[in-house]
Amino acid sequence: MKKAVKVKALNFSTSWSYAPAPEAADHFQLKERYDLFINGKFSAPATGKYFDTINPATEKKIASVAEAGAADVDKAVRAARQAYEKTWSKMPAAERGKYLYRIARILQERARELAVMESMDGGKPIRESRDIDVPLAAAHFFYYAGWADKLDYAFPGRRAQPLGVAGQIIPWNFPLLMAAWKIAPALACGNTVVLKPAESTPLTALRLAEILQEAELPPGVVNILTGAGATGAALVNHPGVDKIAFTGSTEVGKMIQKALAATDKKYTLELGGKAANIIFEDAAIDQAVEGIINGIFFNQGHVCCAGSRLFVQEGVAKEVLRKLKDRISTLIVGDPLDKNTDVGAINSKEQLGKIKALVNAGIREGGECWQPACSLPSRGYWFRPTVFTQVAQSHRIVQEEIFGPVLTVQSFRTPEEAVEKANNTPYGLSGGIWTDKGSKIFKISGKIRAGVLWANTYNKFDPTSPFGGYKESGMGREGGLHGLLPYVKLS
Amino acid sequence: MATNTLLKVKSLKVKSVSNGHEVPNTRLEVRKTYKLYIDGKFPRTESGRIYALKDPSGKVLANVCRGSRKDLRDSIVSNRKAQESWAGRSAYNKAQILYRIAETLEGRKAQFTEVLIQQGDAPAQARKEVDAAIDLLVYYAGWSDKYIQVFSSVNPVESSHFNFSYHEPMGLVTVIAPQREGLKGIVSTLAPMIVGGNVCTLIASEKYPLTAVDFAEVLQASDVPAGVVNILTGYRKEFLAPASSHMDVNALLHIDLDAEQRRLVQTNAALNVKRMIDFSKEELLSPYRILAAQEVKTTWHPIGT
Repeated sequence: MKKAVKVKALNFSTSWSYAPAPEAADHFQLKERYDLFINGKFSAPATGKYFDTINPATEKKIASVAEAGAADVDKAVRAARQAYEKTWSKMPAAERGKYLYRIARILQERARELAVMESMDGGKPIRESRDIDVPLAAAHFFYYAGWADKLDYAFPGRRAQPLGVAGQIIPWNFPLLMAAWKIAPALACGNTVVLKPAESTPLTALRLAEILQEAELPPGVVNILTGAGATGAALVNHPGVDKIAFTGSTEVGKMIQKALAATDKKYTLELGGKAANIIFEDAAIDQAVEGIINGIFFNQGHVCCAGSRLFVQEGVAKEVLRKLKDRISTLIVGDPLDKNTDVGAINSKEQLGKIKALVNAGIREGGECWQPACSLPSRGYWFRPTVFTQVAQSHRIVQEEIFGPVLTVQSFRTPEEAVEKANNTPYGLSGGIWTDKGSKIFKISGKIRAGVLWANTYNKFDPTSPFGGYKESGMGREGGLHGLLPYVKLS
Repeated sequence: MATNTLLKVKSLKVKSVSNGHEVPNTRLEVRKTYKLYIDGKFPRTESGRIYALKDPSGKVLANVCRGSRKDLRDSIVSNRKAQESWAGRSAYNKAQILYRIAETLEGRKAQFTEVLIQQGDAPAQARKEVDAAIDLLVYYAGWSDKYIQVFSSVNPVESSHFNFSYHEPMGLVTVIAPQREGLKGIVSTLAPMIVGGNVCTLIASEKYPLTAVDFAEVLQASDVPAGVVNILTGYRKEFLAPASSHMDVNALLHIDLDAEQRRLVQTNAALNVKRMIDFSKEELLSPYRILAAQEVKTTWHPIGT
């Protein structure tokens, strides 16, 4: 037993506050209207329809974006097929790689404007888009560029060949980064791409299209179609597509798996999660508290691998919870473009509604809901960092992915109990382990049924590090050597 | 183990007697009852149903259990209980158990050849198939402590972490054994699954159920722990829906499903994002058969003092 130490409560009710430190958004031009990127050119959609993309922090329209219909999907798939047959699959692999290097370099050069656009369109704090999303996107292109002419070393005893046209559907939580995760390995392996960004965050993908033009990537190698679910469905069902790569909800992932039944299309799915973040008594507590914060409030909790279920060993549960609440009380929720902001805007009105509904369900089921007294802007979509205690395994907020800044806290006594609770979910994407003992890291990480385990850290990503889930969190890996497999056939 | 009883059909000499009945003039052979194999035991199907398996001449070879959905559920419960402990066995131990299966099978070559012939195979083909099945087991036994070495990676991440990726079994795999190749079809699917730490419920070929049940005896005699492999006989069409929709099955392995059957199992598979493993184009001897039922786990281990 640790000796009870009397702790002085932290006082946050001072008049001291941070001065605003907004990132400028006047150093680049946005178009008023964006068309579809097909065969190397921007062209108006056959549907004639456009939808608005709005800034979730202000609820103001940023631009009009084309809505691709079935005819547009068909046009893009044909362009991709032609580029695959005539250009991309015929090109020496080293040259393919050089295009990817070029793209990586331009992404680095345009990093600042991309970061600002990302935060404007999606609501994420500029600190994250600037330090994580954009640099990682560039790093992914740079990493896979080097694979293009080294595929013979990736699969012992086999020859890797491209699949053809890859249809790729990406989510709104990391718009540019997910585009990079999808496009870079596909192109490195010799495939061509039709990419559909999420309807609420299309802007950085469209800027990426401009970058591809700047890189002089041959027309049709990458086509970018904006639109909502119907556009995605048309892409999934198009007979000219050889492979579907999807990142998004488990619900939609299952629909895609069903839709592809008895077709010859290959598919990879990166779906939802409900990760356990496990704090053992021997962990460095202050460091762990930072890790809990990063695990659940990174990107407003709009992260499939978010550490949304906290498990704390009984002996330190009180201390961890107290320190956690203290730390949460210092988080700044507000303007995504402000460099001081820790938690930005919820991505869309729809998502805010989902978070509220689940939080209300948590309260109804008897969970104890705690939020800091932080101020929120008057306009835009916001949700305070939220901690639920007194929850049980059977509660909806413990079982279902909330995809928002909502953490549930449970305690455990033995490592076995922690593992059992951690695995008691249909998901299996990620997990966190906090302990000072290396041997415990190996043991516990080996027992958790999930694709990515972070020890004494959380939400770390790297192009060389494979990412993807077990069970209902999807199938296939993105990143690293193992991220090549979804884009090749072996002979 | 009464292997000779399997030679019953051929060795049964008869002579006619005047009243038109036939009576054996030698010892009456003891026939074998073919049952399911679940959790290391040989139960009858709970459904009480059978189907008559006939040889090419139309003669009934055996009343084979027509397994039911309930049998499948029981089998999966038993598989799940066995999975963690099987996956936790050392690679060396798993290799030795697979090799042991090969050894046991080698000792029963005559039996398996005979039973394949009874079920309709030409003698030369049957002999060849038994040899190939034994060699397949030796091949996969050898991969046990190597595939992780060959296919894992240490990933040079930018941050201060020792980041590595290695393979873990998907867990519970339902194997729809091919209708053809009564022994090789079983071994070439089961061996790469279990060597990778998976546990399996195998739905036997309707045409070759006898070899499947006989192979269960081989597994039992080779120190394969109870529940690691369960074998069910019956009608494929009755098993496909429950096997593909069961929420505790991680993957479904098939080889010769037709388009309609594939549509059915893949549609059901979406219920819990089951992995579909298709070996129809995969080489018989290949580590990629093992990898087909593996997940890649990546761990970020801190580096520091």
